[in-house]
Amino acid sequence: MSSPYSDKVIEYFQNPKNVGELEDPDGIAKEGSPACGDMVQLHLKVDEENQKITDIKFRSYGCASNIATGSIITEMAKGRTIDEAKEITWQQAADELGGLPAVKNHCSVLAVDALKEAIRDYEEKHGLVKEKVDTTIEIIKERLKHVMNPIHGLDVLKTNLIENIELEDKVITVIVDLAEDHQFAPVLKEDIKEKLEPRWDIEEVLIKYRE
Amino acid sequence: MNKDVVYLDNSAVTRIDEKVLEAMKPYFFDTYAVATSEFAYTMGIEAKEALEEAREKIADSLNADANELIFTSGATESNNLALKGIMYNQKEKGHLVVSDIEDFSVLNTAKKLEKQGYDVSYISVDSKGRVNIEELKDSIREDTVLVSIQHANQEIGTVQDIKTIGEYLADKDVLFHTDATHTFKRIPIDTREFPVDLVTISAHTIHGPRGIGALYKKEGIKLEKIMDGGFQENNLRAGLENIPAAVGFAKAVELITEEENERIKSLRDKLIEKVEKEVEDVTLNGSREHRIPHNANITFHYVEGESITLHLDMRGFAVSTGSACFSKSLEASHVILGIGGDHERAHGSIRFTFSRYNTEEDVDKTVAAVKDVVENLREISPLGKKGSE
Repeated sequence: MSSPYSDKVIEYFQNPKNVGELEDPDGIAKEGSPACGDMVQLHLKVDEENQKITDIKFRSYGCASNIATGSIITEMAKGRTIDEAKEITWQQAADELGGLPAVKNHCSVLAVDALKEAIRDYEEKHGLVKEKVDTTIEIIKERLKHVMNPIHGLDVLKTNLIENIELEDKVITVIVDLAEDHQFAPVLKEDIKEKLEPRWDIEEVLIKYRE
Repeated sequence: MNKDVVYLDNSAVTRIDEKVLEAMKPYFFDTYAVATSEFAYTMGIEAKEALEEAREKIADSLNADANELIFTSGATESNNLALKGIMYNQKEKGHLVVSDIEDFSVLNTAKKLEKQGYDVSYISVDSKGRVNIEELKDSIREDTVLVSIQHANQEIGTVQDIKTIGEYLADKDVLFHTDATHTFKRIPIDTREFPVDLVTISAHTIHGPRGIGALYKKEGIKLEKIMDGGFQENNLRAGLENIPAAVGFAKAVELITEEENERIKSLRDKLIEKVEKEVEDVTLNGSREHRIPHNANITFHYVEGESITLHLDMRGFAVSTGSACFSKSLEASHVILGIGGDHERAHGSIRFTFSRYNTEEDVDKTVAAVKDVVENLREISPLGKKGSE
């Protein structure tokens, strides 16, 4: 029988390692959304002395490649310093799993993104962002690429859900092309705020809806 | 090697019945000639007789005349022939109406016609998958030529009120086609009682051979040939007649009984009842009341369908899902989205479809496996955790 998945993917799919949450995590990340069909959540513990990842847990909502990548990434990151862990690529994770089907790129890259985001979250919360770069519209857009449009399951920029972005006096205003009473409006608001509020030079994130 | 598999994907294709295969064999090895005219050689005349006998039996089951049945290569071709054949036959490019949740062989044919300059209206469905009849009525215009509404849906099994739709359209002089691929022989279709002009049927869903279907076309209705070549099928569909398959199709029709449909329905009902009782946070997609007897479509919230099907496959169960990850197109089910479901509901939906070969034991084993798989995946999922999402 020829399965599109390697034996190792199937092994991790059936017996994922490091599933769950951590109490008082130092860094957290959630990538993807139920709408796009895949989601990965990561929790990190970092040793402040040597910047090594001492513990890491994941949860996954998704297909086999999503679950397997989520699991392998926790094993690859554990014990490494955050700078080393940041360098882990999708290709390395895929190689470690004995290959992944090309069409499943989207589902499996989420775990790698989640690791980077969780480290960034840790760095921001612990004042470790070395060179504090001023927030720009470009940086905001980069972050918003990680927010999914719940209607289409693709990111909010690609699907033109973001009408405009304003940045003035440490306040970001995001104008979304959605009515305020839309069923997905509260989720979207929360997701956008979660991605932008940690920026060091931002005091407030405002969401405005379609009239 | 697949002997022990619990196969519950019977709306995709059914296992052929041995009796069907036996009925077909002589037309491969003995009477294998093409269907010839009555003035040709004996083997050809016998082949022709077998073809016409099969046609008559199948037509009979629709309460139709044999000359109203055109053999095709299956449901996809029948749907293409109905839509293109009728629309191409008009002097002016007319208006076509279909529903949002038709099979791709109707939807993509409609889209192609749209590209060719025909105007198409797509009618929405309610939360159970029933066509919004008022919207359908409002869509009918002076230039509306054809309405194509499926008899029942391929994924969620919702049965449409084709009698009401047909009566309305007959009154307006608009032709009515219904794709009955998933209802043929499972729920009755009487072409003399239902005001319907064209009906798509297929053998692959009723333990017949694949590669054969038919289009019922009411006497007197004109359509343009879309497969050009010889003069077969009353000069409406060119190509060598598939006589063994036609004979098998007729045999498959003959083998389906009312008792069998009742038995399948009771298995399906048992599965739904057990899943709803034993697994938390599930949603039955489609209608309870207006539903084909062999279909159950259930969303298991907080988990993704490809993961469920893969786990089930490893344990020896074959089912399908509306999840994007499962499909070749990586698009979530247009049917679940069409009934107002969100992507999460589509991604977590599993379709179980039953047949002659399923048993009570299959149901018990399936529910036990599904319950275990879903619980395990929910352990991993970040969704649905108390106090979080």
